[in-house]
Amino acid sequence: MLNDALGFRPMAPTNGIEVHGLVREFKGGIRAVDGIDISVAPGEIYGFLGPNGAGKSTTVLMLTTLLPPTAGSATVAGFDVATQGPQVRSRIGAALQEAALDNYLTGREHMNLQGGLQGLSKADRRSRGTELLERVGLTEAADRKVGGYSGGMKRRLDLALALIHRPSIIFLDEPTTGLDPQSRAALWEDVGNLAKDDGVTVFLTTQYLEEADVLAHRVGIIDAGKIVAEDTPAALKAGIGRPTLEAVPSDESERGGFERVLEKFGELVPGAINAVAVRLAEGRGELVEVVRALDAEGLRPAQIEVHSPTLDDVFLAKTGRKLEGEGDEALADAAAIPVAGD
Amino acid sequence: MLHAAGQVGLIARRSIQRTLRQPAMVFPTIMFPLILLAVNASGLTAATKIPGFPTDNYLSFGLAVCFMQGALFASTTAGTELAGDVETGFMNRLSLTPLRGSALIAGQLAGAVFVCLLGAIIYLTVGLIFGVTLASGFLGAVVLIVLAVVIGIAFGAIGIWLALRTGSAEAVQGLFPLLFVTFFLSSINLPRNLIATDWFRTIADWNPVSYMVEGVRSLIITGWDGEALLKAFLIAGGIGLIAILASGSALKHRMERT
Repeated sequence: MLNDALGFRPMAPTNGIEVHGLVREFKGGIRAVDGIDISVAPGEIYGFLGPNGAGKSTTVLMLTTLLPPTAGSATVAGFDVATQGPQVRSRIGAALQEAALDNYLTGREHMNLQGGLQGLSKADRRSRGTELLERVGLTEAADRKVGGYSGGMKRRLDLALALIHRPSIIFLDEPTTGLDPQSRAALWEDVGNLAKDDGVTVFLTTQYLEEADVLAHRVGIIDAGKIVAEDTPAALKAGIGRPTLEAVPSDESERGGFERVLEKFGELVPGAINAVAVRLAEGRGELVEVVRALDAEGLRPAQIEVHSPTLDDVFLAKTGRKLEGEGDEALADAAAIPVAGD
Repeated sequence: MLHAAGQVGLIARRSIQRTLRQPAMVFPTIMFPLILLAVNASGLTAATKIPGFPTDNYLSFGLAVCFMQGALFASTTAGTELAGDVETGFMNRLSLTPLRGSALIAGQLAGAVFVCLLGAIIYLTVGLIFGVTLASGFLGAVVLIVLAVVIGIAFGAIGIWLALRTGSAEAVQGLFPLLFVTFFLSSINLPRNLIATDWFRTIADWNPVSYMVEGVRSLIITGWDGEALLKAFLIAGGIGLIAILASGSALKHRMERT
């Protein structure tokens, strides 16, 4: 506190995040966050991936000083989130889970309000607001009431608001949830540029595998309050190594037969609805053998797909289940081989 | 960091902008008391024949009710707006800035005060147009508007306290009928000395609303009644102060940050 008042900066990296054994327990002994350790380097985009209720938002609330930790410690920009809240808040920007905007104010009025409360002078908030609105592509809509904005525009305004006071660290809690693919891609570009052009550290929570894959330098996977894996997306997927084959029986009554045949080629894993999935022991080359084996048993698949390991496979390998709501999306992205009935 | 007055100004500006951009919220708040006044003035004129009734013009008697109702509606507006901020997460956005809690409460009250002020000016103007003579004169009109604003702050602060306590716009709106009942259990429709039913008169004697409405009414009908005015200002100010302190306490929990 005294150091801050005197203008001294801490010795720790000024825009990094260090978390040690962080715990948040709610009434009834529920541990939403259960002793996590995270280290985010300055200028890094850290993806925090997990299903609904895994503890992502609770972690963000603690790191942004809006929720005191029950145990453990965390420093953001070198300041303790539990005891140096004002210093932390002055150095961070945050776009929390819902784009909390006032439908009756315009985009420019939001920038003015947020900039003013962050202590910017009138001239600075005007120029900074104009600059940020332009950066997120809202110049034309700047003087329209936010109630008429699309979901993507609201999210982009939310991002601009988080940046108004030039924070060194930004927290984005599920910034693209509910957005159409085009809006999502636009926001990804904005976030990517933040780290690349401005050196801002980004802590991004998401339940979208693709988002973590595309944006994050490193990914931490959280499940039931614990971090179950952490590395670069490439390293995490390489750790899984083997591709997954999924076959959809043309007749549901043949599911048992499919399982008996496929388990000869590797371990059975949960797959998409109606599909039988196996992580191939020998790799993609086994596809032909699988088709022959099914044919030999008189089993006719409606569809067979083989896909390379995804972060969903990493999640599956670490937790024993697929990431909620993502299974179908991952499959849709995979190369599909229509076999019968198409 | 922006000084407190600057923060209040920013929040107040937003509160007033929001209020003005919702005509559906402002219009009924101001019009409903006038409609009720018109109905009462045309149907209850006979009440002025009751011995001891303080005026022979029911409009003069009933006009005071408008100021009270305007304040009540403003309290619902202030509370609902703030509860909406809690529900939508806008409060979290504010919590991440160096905004002081006191500035948030004061700024948020500004919207309610604005509606009260606007309403008070309109009620007074309408009353004067339709033949009400202000016994306390021009200065009385100024004091009347100030008193209406103080009453607005008192009720507005109650709305804000409830919003911060519950975080639910529905809960704040649910308070409205309850407060409305307390209005009717006061001297709002009849002077206390003319209320014949014992239990009703006892409740009216203990009801702070009675003293606020009597303060407003004194300026219209009686002239300068120091005791009535003192009671009205003290009670409205006291309620406002208690509600603001309670709001401050509730805000500490609602705007929890390390």
